[in-house]
Amino acid sequence: MSATHDTDASPDSELPDEPVVSDDDRPAPRDVTVMDPYATFEGDQEMRPRDEISATELLRQSGAVLRLSEADAARLAAETAGTDDETMIINMGPQHPSTHGVLRLMLELQGETVLRTKPIVGYLHTGMEKTGEELTFMQGTTNTTRMDYLSPLFNETVFALTVERLLGITEEMPPRATWIRMLMCELNRMSSHLTFFATNGMDIASTTSMIFGLRAREALLRFFEEASGLRMNHNYIRVGGVAADLPDGWQETLTTLLADLELQLEDHDELFSGQPIWHGRSQGVGVIGAEEAVALSATGPILRASGVPWDLRRDEPYLAYDQVDFDVIVGTHGDTFDRYAVRMNEIRESMKIVRQCIESMPTGDWRIQDKKVTPPPRARIDESMEALIHHFKIFTEGFRVPEGEAYVAIESPRGELGCYLVSDGSAKPYRMHIRGPSFVNIQTLPHLMRGGLVADAVAVISSVDPVMGEVDR
Amino acid sequence: MTAEQVADGDDAPAVAPDPDPERRHGALVTSSLGQVVLHPERASYLEVIDGLQAEGFNLCSDVTAADYLTFAGGRLLPPGVVAERFELVVNLTALRQRARVRLRVQVPEDDATMPSLFSRYPGTEAMEREVFDMFGITFDDHPDLTRILLPEDWEGHPLRKDDGVGRIPVQFKDAPGAR
Repeated sequence: MSATHDTDASPDSELPDEPVVSDDDRPAPRDVTVMDPYATFEGDQEMRPRDEISATELLRQSGAVLRLSEADAARLAAETAGTDDETMIINMGPQHPSTHGVLRLMLELQGETVLRTKPIVGYLHTGMEKTGEELTFMQGTTNTTRMDYLSPLFNETVFALTVERLLGITEEMPPRATWIRMLMCELNRMSSHLTFFATNGMDIASTTSMIFGLRAREALLRFFEEASGLRMNHNYIRVGGVAADLPDGWQETLTTLLADLELQLEDHDELFSGQPIWHGRSQGVGVIGAEEAVALSATGPILRASGVPWDLRRDEPYLAYDQVDFDVIVGTHGDTFDRYAVRMNEIRESMKIVRQCIESMPTGDWRIQDKKVTPPPRARIDESMEALIHHFKIFTEGFRVPEGEAYVAIESPRGELGCYLVSDGSAKPYRMHIRGPSFVNIQTLPHLMRGGLVADAVAVISSVDPVMGEVDR
Repeated sequence: MTAEQVADGDDAPAVAPDPDPERRHGALVTSSLGQVVLHPERASYLEVIDGLQAEGFNLCSDVTAADYLTFAGGRLLPPGVVAERFELVVNLTALRQRARVRLRVQVPEDDATMPSLFSRYPGTEAMEREVFDMFGITFDDHPDLTRILLPEDWEGHPLRKDDGVGRIPVQFKDAPGAR
């Protein structure tokens, strides 16, 4: 008996040791006493009842942007008094069809009216800024192009422009490369806004609009495929120029494309712009004023729809935007309809720029003749050993970028797209940060939703046009 | 105000190469590849921001940070600025003047705390949360300082240079074995 007890005891003393040790290693779950290790615990990020959050946070979730007057604050306090049993906090998303990916909103409702909103993001986070530190400057555009998947060419452009500034070759860029970049960006702006029409129409249950929008976008994607080989995530705009020259006959392709698009936009105008049902759904819904939009750092169509004429293409010209003629579209009321109208007219402005690109596209090199950043042409590799070595070195080791830091911002379809790079003199960025306009613009949601109906919330989300790939990066 | 600052600059020891460095609202000004960069002290960070806001910088474009753990020596800082491990980088835009400035504030590792800009620029709420999430820099008076991109129970701050890539074991739902 005692012998068996002993034999039991000795393995006992060895075996359970391991779990005990690993228990110590395991982090103590915060606050929650019993936690399923496989459950996703996200308690603190959720919207909490009013008595559990600070007054500032309550005001923020209620959409207060600027300092409230005493009367407003008192009204807000009175609204909440004794209404706890009448309000409820509901969850919208992250899988809701209107959330453009995986945006999760928590709403506090009183009946059908939205009182508070809290966007919860991060479901698509893949650490792209950390990845960017592990990729060379040469490979960087393949990473950034995947952030905002509706306007990949802008992400490539902003990264390339920042690296070129660090390299000090901004002035030496061949004009054709710059104009090709501008042309492709404007085409991409059109395709991105067309996707907005599609999804916006879908959200308010107009499937015709979705078909129209996606059909028009398809023609543009076909051109991208012709030029870069890919419909999305092109990696076409690279440091030092573009990956390839425009395809033969691109002028004719684009002229036909623009003529078709013109007709399709007229259809869209007929279907939407003057239509009473669309007016009823969008006018006066989700209003944001100029002051609030600026305070919330909103940029792009949201800011312009509220009446602020701020467009980086005009105000801080990059590429060759100072040599083309276009208008900055500005709204008046800052509501969902204005944001729609601003985008609609921006497509027409982009078409104007594209026509000017077709007319006055310069000839010459489409990438810089700087052996440091530009690989040799493919044909040279077959006949020259040096070219092969050069090609190999530049693709395996990349090129070194001098020490320094720079922030470059461009106007993406969603607003200011910025790139902050720190270089330590090696071939990889020391720090790569992308300022995603969607990430910042999404903060306007509590303000836009406040006092609206749940049914309008769907239209409001899509009028902000967030791309979750860029929000979460 | 400016006269005092100039006097301060004059009083500084002559060791500095530039005896009268340019200052704006008390912060040293440098130019980084043609862009205006201000280097405020952490203590006077909010004063500099207030001064710039009064000047017309009404849009806070970006708030981010960098961890200079493995690149301590090489970065370009004006004399008089003590390099610390973290650097908070704030980009401000003046819409009317069409001007931009960048603020680089040194944040020490042992006390990684900054005042929040939320009361001045409400749009910095998400950006400061991202900096907290990625670098572990905390912000005083921020209304809701929680993780924003990573799950709530995540450990560590991934954009710190000592938070290695791939060092965190990834556990899939149906995989056998202890976590």
